[in-house]
Amino acid sequence: MSATTDDLPQPIAHRSERARERAIRKAENASLSDTKRRLSSTGATIAAVVIAVIWTVPTFGLFITSFRQPADINTSGWWTFLSNPDLTLSNYTNTLQFTDTITVAQSFVNSLVIVIPATIFPIALALLAAYAFAWVNFRGKNILFIAVFSLQVVPIQVALVPLLSLFSNGVTIGNWAVFPGLNLNGVEGSFARIWIAHTIFALPLAIFLLHNFIAALPNDIMEAARIDGASHGQTFFRIVLPLARPAIASFAILQFLWVWNDLLVATIFTSGSNFPITKLLTDLAGTYGQTWYLLSAGTFLAIIVPLIVFFALQRYFVRGLLAGATKG
Amino acid sequence: MTAFFTWLAGLPPLAQIPVVLLVFGIVIALVVFFIEFAPRSGRKYTIMRLLVAIGVPAVLVLMLGVYNDAIWLVPLAAVLGAGLFLLDLRARGGKGSLLQLIAFMAPAVILLAVGLFYPLVKTLIAAFFSNDGSTFVGLNNFVQVLSNQGLQAVGNQVLWVIVTPILATVIGLAYAVFIDRSHGERVLKVLVFMPVAISFVGASIIFKFFYDYQQGNQIGLLNQIVIWFGGTPVNWLQSFPLNNALLIVILIWTQTGFAMVLLSAAIKGIPDDQIEAAELDGANAFQRFRNVTVPGIRPTIIVTWITIAIVSLKVYDIIAATTQGQNGTSVISYQMVRLFQNLPPQTGTSSAEALLLFILILPFLIYNTNNIRKQRLGL
Repeated sequence: MSATTDDLPQPIAHRSERARERAIRKAENASLSDTKRRLSSTGATIAAVVIAVIWTVPTFGLFITSFRQPADINTSGWWTFLSNPDLTLSNYTNTLQFTDTITVAQSFVNSLVIVIPATIFPIALALLAAYAFAWVNFRGKNILFIAVFSLQVVPIQVALVPLLSLFSNGVTIGNWAVFPGLNLNGVEGSFARIWIAHTIFALPLAIFLLHNFIAALPNDIMEAARIDGASHGQTFFRIVLPLARPAIASFAILQFLWVWNDLLVATIFTSGSNFPITKLLTDLAGTYGQTWYLLSAGTFLAIIVPLIVFFALQRYFVRGLLAGATKG
Repeated sequence: MTAFFTWLAGLPPLAQIPVVLLVFGIVIALVVFFIEFAPRSGRKYTIMRLLVAIGVPAVLVLMLGVYNDAIWLVPLAAVLGAGLFLLDLRARGGKGSLLQLIAFMAPAVILLAVGLFYPLVKTLIAAFFSNDGSTFVGLNNFVQVLSNQGLQAVGNQVLWVIVTPILATVIGLAYAVFIDRSHGERVLKVLVFMPVAISFVGASIIFKFFYDYQQGNQIGLLNQIVIWFGGTPVNWLQSFPLNNALLIVILIWTQTGFAMVLLSAAIKGIPDDQIEAAELDGANAFQRFRNVTVPGIRPTIIVTWITIAIVSLKVYDIIAATTQGQNGTSVISYQMVRLFQNLPPQTGTSSAEALLLFILILPFLIYNTNNIRKQRLGL
């Protein structure tokens, strides 16, 4: 785990300086032994290209398939599409309207409704806790922090069943009922349970990541604020929040992708009318396993959002991964 | 609270987002407001602190919808709050500092205690009771899990955990080294990294299509390749034990990019002079890799390996979206969810499986925790 804190994006200005230095060094280096290196690495480059092709072909195949006529998909391989380039968008329009328990389009909306609050909630709560872990001194801080950190790797499978029963049956001690729980079992269209579940499961990593970053803020700034008479509340808002923006962005992207791509939590905490798209796709794959026009278009509808996020915010995404290599 | 959520559920889905965010924002604003005035001195603030200390716990208990039988929990919460207030008067950081700290920590800590810690303990207990939770059955649940087809699932899970991290890390490392400083490094990186952003469900369907088997013309590329080489098509996902390997390939496909990015960043962190020195000493590319690069990035290799191992322990989606545990492909992490979804739920055996999973993860947990403890103490 030693890499986690070292690799964190450094909030201090030294970063760009160091990068420039390294770039200069690298340029000198390149002129020194460029030819030598390139010669020896031709084989390596070929190997890399081969791996890249192998890694891309399955996705590419399904992508092409999603634009082919349903009749063609089941009679000829996608690699023959060039000899019979009859492409169409109708798979997508048909899939969006396809009804299992709900339409694919509705499940897409459900995914959005789940993912936005489930990304914002844990960040807000974790920021408060992370600030206290980093800049408020109290007894038992280390032990509590280590406990939170350890919860990161607890398989959520362990927590699912009791949490669901907590939501539906509430708390009962012996025969004595104390709390009734959320009582949302029969309520169609409620996302409360999955929001809460995702928030809870995200907290350990969120606290850990944000704490690492906030704790690395320069002590001088915090000290100066304190001398100027800033309270914890003011310091939190005026100094920590603006400076922690890169860390917040990194975690937000990780969490967004995690929730959008999740199936397990959704399987347990959603029902019929509020299935997200991953759940609907899985059901479709089970029921309509050979209906490839549906599955191919559905898959790309489901991965378009993460891919957009991925390409637009790659830098933050990588940073988040580097900083918190233990998301579960 | 139930009333609020029920009302919220009646709104159109998209309208629920702003409403719930607004309500959440108000709650957070109140917490922050309290954080701000808590440590101030003066009679006015002391009274406000007292009101909050007594009022908030009581209102929370009420909002959770406490039963009439247990209505006395409301005054109890108020009394506990008052106790905190008194304790706070003598806090080390000055009046108000303890309540302020609680305002910072309580939301997250309470949620974690209720949503992760309590369930963990509950599962631990449920694993030793019968499925309806009425009788203590000792290790029976575990015996049941480890007999029948259960043993297959345990074996498969172990296979997943051993094979996936090794292959993903090795391929990721090789790839990171191959593309380091090559032309088009960025593009090559993105191609292999992209699967990290794709859901396991998406990846599973992509590969299900790749492995597809049909009578007559093949539309799955893998079978077509077999045909090009003069073989006969195979129904891949139904042929045990090969199907397990093919499913593991899906996870490796998604995790290699992750390993590659982590390791690539570590490789770039190795000082150039070390590599140059080795070069001057006449070390060839492979020797440089073995003797300079690998030792330099060993901690990252371990982190990568552990992270992917943990992911493979929890894999559920891939099985659910492909074989659903048929033909000897089940794993513990999948089976436990299925057992729980049985009617009636097999809570006992399901918890036993969850506990087995937890035991498998324990070594990683201990390793990670030790590391972070060393780091914290070193600070």
